Amino acid sequence: MLEVSAITQIFGGVTALDDVSFAIAKGDITGVIGPNGAGKTTLFNIISGIYSQTSGRVMLEGQNVSGLPPERLAPRGMVRTFQNIELFGGMTVLENVLVGMHTRCSSGFLACALKMPWSVREEARIRREALRWLEFTGISELSDVTSANLSFGKGRLLEIARALAMEPKIILMDEPAAGLNSQETIRLTRLIQSIREMGITVVLVEHDMELVMDICDRIVVLNLGRKLAEGTPREIQDKKEVIAAYLGEDS
Amino acid sequence: MKKELLKFLLFSVLMLLVPLALHGSYLMNVLVFVGIHTMLAVALNLLLGYAGQISLGHAGFFGLGAYLSAILTTTFGFNPWLVMPLAAVVVGLIAFLVGFPILKLKGHYLAMATLGLGVIIYIIINETVDYTGGPSGLSGIPNLAVGTFVFNSDIRNYYLIWTAALAVILLAVNLTNSRVGRALRAIHDSEVAARVMGVNARLLKVQIFALSAIVSALAGSLYAHTMTFVSPASFGFNFSVELLTMVVIGGLGSIYGSFLGAALLTLLPEFLRSAQDFDIIIYGGVLMLMVMFMPGGLVRGVPELLKKMLGNRGGVGNA
Repeated sequence: MLEVSAITQIFGGVTALDDVSFAIAKGDITGVIGPNGAGKTTLFNIISGIYSQTSGRVMLEGQNVSGLPPERLAPRGMVRTFQNIELFGGMTVLENVLVGMHTRCSSGFLACALKMPWSVREEARIRREALRWLEFTGISELSDVTSANLSFGKGRLLEIARALAMEPKIILMDEPAAGLNSQETIRLTRLIQSIREMGITVVLVEHDMELVMDICDRIVVLNLGRKLAEGTPREIQDKKEVIAAYLGEDS
Repeated sequence: MKKELLKFLLFSVLMLLVPLALHGSYLMNVLVFVGIHTMLAVALNLLLGYAGQISLGHAGFFGLGAYLSAILTTTFGFNPWLVMPLAAVVVGLIAFLVGFPILKLKGHYLAMATLGLGVIIYIIINETVDYTGGPSGLSGIPNLAVGTFVFNSDIRNYYLIWTAALAVILLAVNLTNSRVGRALRAIHDSEVAARVMGVNARLLKVQIFALSAIVSALAGSLYAHTMTFVSPASFGFNFSVELLTMVVIGGLGSIYGSFLGAALLTLLPEFLRSAQDFDIIIYGGVLMLMVMFMPGGLVRGVPELLKKMLGNRGGVGNA
């Protein structure tokens, strides 16, 4: 599904990522973990097209997508969420999800301004669908609330609903559990599992080890910009170098 | 969206009935200007209030539309109705081409670049004396006419301009409540998230800049044909700032707010004329108070104020 090969990213004189490669199978939940500053978010920014890597390649479904901007990755089925939640704060919850459907409808300037019949039908269709995604994430009662007024936890759910509305093939989640209380984390865990059941490939950067070990099929460990280890949760837990990286010991 | 349609119909009926009350008054002429300014403020609001991109050069697009219509109909004798769409397309194309490089800029830098663009247009109009008449302007521009019906009185111009202004309002309201309008607001709120959702932010900014310029150019053409005289002074930097003030005072991101802003800034100087030398001070004071106490513009500030007043009287208070 997604293949990252020999990604290197240099910012000024700092090497944020150094020759990182791994592959993600369709339908898997993959966790990317590592201590602070390991390069996880940089890696996500490269895969999702926000940064262009210094060197290396990103393949999505067998096609080279290196250097494509996010708006061109969206039609290919890639979407992501952000660590600090990037909502459209001035818009309602429902409108946020409607923006998520941008690539799935086609009305342009003229059709929208003149309210062409097909454009009106399209609008009605996506409104129904958007409500379904709000129901799926359990925030449908908030559909008319301005999204800037949401709590952090609800905002996160909205971000996920908006991403799912795109009907992506792969979703990248940057620390989805950060800032959530334990009850919200449990709900999130179930939500991620049901996303996988829909056939969507999930990749997540996460610090909550319990969550990662619980739901991930495979885990990639980064440390200081290099790939330290890769494997199933059980394999990772037993690896000495991983434990050393987290505890700060010399191995 | 039934509510939007009702609001629009109510507003239209109101605007079309105004002449019954004011027929023959000099205010009719002022209201023609309110209509032209409303079109311009709505155009700028689409760019500034919705897409979040500033322009300090919109008077330039207004001027280009006005002068293209003026020159082509007087010097070259073309039909005004033909020139109008032509001028709009030319100005739109210019804005589109210029938009690509300058809309990469953000914030202050974009403000400076658009300011520069406006100044360049002003200088071109002022200096190409052979075509534009230079600082002394261009007169004898024909009125618009349908057959033998000529739009040459205040009341006729009022209906001409307000038909156009209402059409602009309706289309703008439709646009902002649609897929395109949501994408514009999304860019404003979080450009990176909008792009992740597949919104081509760069192209969309240029498109809305061009659309805004097209509407401004149309307003310019209509201005030229109703005034029958144009001079560069109407299209300078001061007027760009005045347009910006209309949009901000009326309310960013509100189409009817743009009407309120345009109406206030066009009517206020008329009423302050009796205060003679003090009018500028009062004018400036109103602007300062507005920005300090109603940063959301009239369209949000006034209902809030009313709610507060009614709430206190009823003893309900604010929770």
